[in-house]
Amino acid sequence: MTTTTIFGFCAAVLVGLGLYGLIVNPQPLRKLLAFNLMGNGVFLICAVIARRGAAAGMGGDPVPQALLITAIVVAFAASALAVALMLRLSEETGACSLSSTRGEGD
Amino acid sequence: MSIATHISLALLLLGLAFWTIVVRDTFSAVAGFIPYGLLLTSAWLALAAIDVALTEAAIGAGLTGALLIAAASRLHKTEIAARAEQRGTITRILAAILATTMTAAIMACILRLPDRAPTLAPTVARHLAQTGVGNPITAVLLSFRAMDTLLEAIVLLVGLIAIWSLAPDRAWGGRPGQAQTEDPKGPLAYLARVLPPIGIVIAIYIFWVGADHPGGKFQGATILAAMWLLVMMSGLSDAPAIDRGWLRFLLIVGPAAFIAVGFLGVVVAGAFLSYPTGFAKLLIVLIEAALLPSLAVTLALLLAGPPRRPGRRA
Amino acid sequence: MTAAANLLTITAVLAGAFFFLAGTVGLLRFPDTLTRLHALTKADNLGLGLVVLGLLPRTGSVVAGFKLILVWLLVLLASSAVSQLIARNARRSPP
Repeated sequence: MTTTTIFGFCAAVLVGLGLYGLIVNPQPLRKLLAFNLMGNGVFLICAVIARRGAAAGMGGDPVPQALLITAIVVAFAASALAVALMLRLSEETGACSLSSTRGEGD
Repeated sequence: MSIATHISLALLLLGLAFWTIVVRDTFSAVAGFIPYGLLLTSAWLALAAIDVALTEAAIGAGLTGALLIAAASRLHKTEIAARAEQRGTITRILAAILATTMTAAIMACILRLPDRAPTLAPTVARHLAQTGVGNPITAVLLSFRAMDTLLEAIVLLVGLIAIWSLAPDRAWGGRPGQAQTEDPKGPLAYLARVLPPIGIVIAIYIFWVGADHPGGKFQGATILAAMWLLVMMSGLSDAPAIDRGWLRFLLIVGPAAFIAVGFLGVVVAGAFLSYPTGFAKLLIVLIEAALLPSLAVTLALLLAGPPRRPGRRA
Repeated sequence: MTAAANLLTITAVLAGAFFFLAGTVGLLRFPDTLTRLHALTKADNLGLGLVVLGLLPRTGSVVAGFKLILVWLLVLLASSAVSQLIARNARRSPP
């Protein structure tokens, strides 16, 4: 059981948990949290792959690690946009819900 | 770190993630998400990804946590209605089966990763001296894969424009957030007076040292953004109206400088974003210095949200 | 690394961990927000100070030691401000 295998399994469970939370939780904010969990699982897999590529005196392959930095920043931007959309939805319709059976306010 | 530490770290991480998914109260879920982000920082450290750990601590745990807390408190009153839409048992069982299948598939893939892992580290090490920087991650971000960083800066800008487009008509071009009426002698105002000078020094230090050691402009820009947000939240300075010229200039100076250096590369060195020999370090420092304020302002405004108050004085 | 430095590190970090544990027990067992805040800030700041003290012999240079102490001071500053804000809010609107 090496470090990379441990975190690889951890990442797999995170993706599964995130997927479950995304489908099951009705509130959009909880869906966003679950989606972030799934994204972090994918980032962990990328970091595991980077760690396995340690060579030439570096602790890990720098190219996937640099892409991870980009990914974390873009994930934050996407979360910010999702939160802005949710807040606007709650301001317009009085409730934050993705259900299509709710009567739309005018 | 030893294997036992890594296993405990992974188990704690999974425990917090599980709690975030199943707990009933949304605010508790958000409160669990923030220490989860900090534990994830330790996971990056266990995997020898120090720059990623810095970024995760700053953006993943810090800024995302602040964003989610603000969202959870604003959406608090809609929670009761939303909770009535709980999914039925069949959906839960199917979702659990799907999630378990996906987890098993990924675990199988992890176990089948090749033993001699393909890696680009030797290639990076060979060409590192040409870039003039000592930190391989900075070299990858700003020299070997500079195109990705340029596009990322533009994605952040486009995301900000998308958030601005959600402003109601009366607040178009106005100020984000509510007017803060904090006590000017209270603890938050005190913190907002004492912390920003220290934060600015630390941010510039992290940015400058990123050339040769872990660090860089993303982490520095996040700290600058956090200091500005603290000053805005404490009421010491109001959020600027988004149609101010200086604000828009600061937002585009980074990507504009990046694109200008790219076209300079077309003229002088034959390809977009290629650096002429001997000038690599200078151009990298120039791009980073231009990107630092742009990123800081973009990240702070992403958190501040769409304008909600009119900004015109007339 | 001398034996004395190792001993200092082990005792200080263990003592710090004990204080963190005590603070967490207080968080879980105390009845309301103000008492929980009291337990958290007192115990956690002292715990962090002891952990930093234990790590000081292991840093390579004086500058790194100063950075650790700076981290502790910043956490002290932030946690005291935040706990005052939470306490103010808790007093204004008791749950």
